[in-house]
This record gives sequence, C-alpha cells and structure tokens, in this order.
Amino acid sequence: MVSIHNLGFGYSKKKPVFEGLNLELQAGNVYGLLGRNGAGKSSLLRNIAGLLTPTSGQCTVNGHTPHLRQPKFLQELFFLPEELHIPPISMKEFVSVYAVFYPNFSQNQLTEYLKEFEVDSSARLTELSLGQKKKALISFALATNTPLLIMDEPTNGLDIPSKSQFRKIIASSITNERVILISTHQVRDLESLIDPIIIMDNREVLLNAGTDVIAEKLSFKTVQQVTNHEKVLYSEHSIRGFGIVIPNEDESYTKVDLELLFNAALEKPQVIKQLFN
Amino acid sequence: MEFRENQAIYLQIAELICERILLKQWASEDKVPSVRELAVQLEVNPNTVMRTYDFLEQKGIIFTKRGMGFFVSTDAHDKVTEFRREEFLQNELPQFFKAIHLLGIDFSELQNRFEAFKTENY
Repeated sequence: MVSIHNLGFGYSKKKPVFEGLNLELQAGNVYGLLGRNGAGKSSLLRNIAGLLTPTSGQCTVNGHTPHLRQPKFLQELFFLPEELHIPPISMKEFVSVYAVFYPNFSQNQLTEYLKEFEVDSSARLTELSLGQKKKALISFALATNTPLLIMDEPTNGLDIPSKSQFRKIIASSITNERVILISTHQVRDLESLIDPIIIMDNREVLLNAGTDVIAEKLSFKTVQQVTNHEKVLYSEHSIRGFGIVIPNEDESYTKVDLELLFNAALEKPQVIKQLFN
Repeated sequence: MEFRENQAIYLQIAELICERILLKQWASEDKVPSVRELAVQLEVNPNTVMRTYDFLEQKGIIFTKRGMGFFVSTDAHDKVTEFRREEFLQNELPQFFKAIHLLGIDFSELQNRFEAFKTENY
C-alpha cells in the first residue's frame, strides 16, 4: 500500500535526514516504527502523510503521491501527530466539522471507542487532560476507517489501563484492507501488538520484517555467561545474567525481545541489514 | 496475558489453548474463539493468533469449517497430549533434571510433593 523508493529528505541541503530510503508496507498489518531520537521517524511519517515534500525519490500511497495533497488521497489517510493541536470544542462538534472528510467514518465505532476509553464526548477537548485528549483523538482516528492510519507515539500520556484498552482496540480494528503505522519508543507498551517491525537509523531503514522472520534468523536469550563472542550480535547485563542476540542456528523460535533487537540493530547495523535484505 | 521471554508468542498462545483442551474447558467439536476475539482478549496482533491457529491446524488439534471458523478436533485431547509430552520431555525435563541434580533433591521427596500437588490443584 505504501511504496517508498530511494527517498531523500532534509530540512537543509547539508544535513539530509534520510537518503536512498526504501520501504514497502502491505495492507493487513500493524507496523511498529522504531528509531532513536532524531533518527527521522517523524520526518518519514510526515513524508508519507504528505506534510513534507521529498527532496528526491518517490513515495506513493495506494498510487497517490502524498505531497500533492489531493482530496482523494487525504480522505484515505489519518495522521495522528505526537503533539496534538486541537480546537476548543467538544468531541461532538469536532465530529460535525471533521467527519465529513472521511467517507467511511463510523459514528457507532466512535461512540464505542470513546466509551471503552471512558472519554466524555461533551467536554471541551482543550479542557481534557493530555491522556484524555489523546484517547479522544485516537478514537476519532480509528473511527475514520481510512486505509492508512499513522500514529506518532500514540501511547505517550496514556495511563496503564488505557494502554491495555489501546492494544485491544488496535487488535480489533486492523483489517486486511488497512495499514496501521505506529512509531514508538515505548516498545514494552506495544511489544506483542506491533508486527512487522521497522528499525530506522543513520538515514536508512535497517530492518523491516515480521516477528516470525526475525525469530527465524535471530535468537533472544538470557545466559549466565557469554560464550561464542564472535557470533553474539549484542549482549547486555541484566539481573539474571546476560541478554543476548545471536543468529538462530537450532531452529527453535524464541520470543523477539524488541529492546534487545533494537540495541543489536544500532550496534551492528550492517549485519542486521544484510540478514534482513 | 503475560508472556514468558524464552518462547515465541504464537507458541505460548498455542500452549494456552492446549491447556484449555487438556483441562476439558474446550471440548471436541466446540467452536474456538475467532482470531479477532482472541487477539483482543490477549492484546496481541491478530496475525500472531492466525499463526497459532495455522500451527494447531497442522498438528490436527483444531480444524476449519468453511465460513464458520475453527473448531476443536474430535481427537484433539490425544493430539495435544502427544504433542505436549514430546515438548515436555525434550525441552522442560532436562531443565528440571539439572535443577534437582544441582540441589540434591531426591525422588521420594518429589513423589510426596507431586501427590500433594495433585490433590490440591486437580
């Protein structure tokens, strides 16, 4: 659904944010986009959403070119930024203004999500707490039923029960026609939900793979002692020994530990890139 | 559901289902929750649950009726027992042996505790 070839982008000519970036997103998936601060996650999301214009290469979404911002494209996309700018109106008024732009918007779904999240739809949005604001907008975003839904750090500001409700709602709303793309630093919040995983670093995509493919190629283990130093991609000290990432050689599938995977990708970018491309 | 770190999530979900079948919470010919229902319940990606169902179908533990979803096989109980026994003997027992050897626990103590465990839990 999203197809990116050789994409280049930068806020100034001297300092490109990414160069020659390639990425393909298939419908029916909840993608998790990971990358350290300043790796260009939000810039990538904004390029896909048409808020920024690439300096080179192509980005297409269902055949549309995002930065042209044609109405046909815009009604197929909802972008929930990390920092929300919301008008001082209630959710009900918000719906009467914005829902018309989305042909598949469902009031029933919105009511259901707001109820699940315990958000008061008659209160003025600007008077809600950060978490409540986020939940109101997440509910609206999901109820638009756009084929492409992009959320930048959606779980920031959510309390513990809300994070669990968020996971349930996302699990229930992904369909075969839809791509949900979530960027996050809170991997623990979304660990069993996001799949495939995309890791960005140093101006490029290091990995874009399903957890089944990752588990086929890499093992994530806790060991008492690190042996096989030449094979271990990454190790870190934990309370129970060492958490390690090592090529999977015995065909057993361990659970993909996203934090270890992320650290391994930053430490051995070339190895990870070769393994998954 | 809290997942352990040493095994793929789809296999841990398979284990959960196998346990329900062994405990007869799910009987033969019972309908299995839809992929979406179980994904929402466990807060996991629906594709992961789909992988679990594919895996269990391959093992003959569940089967599909066209347009109606997944059902527990007639001989699911035997199939699960067979599959879990094999898993246990290969993966879990060596760990257990290692621990009792290191700690010098003898079999007669295990026997007593095992009997007490059974009366308490089942």
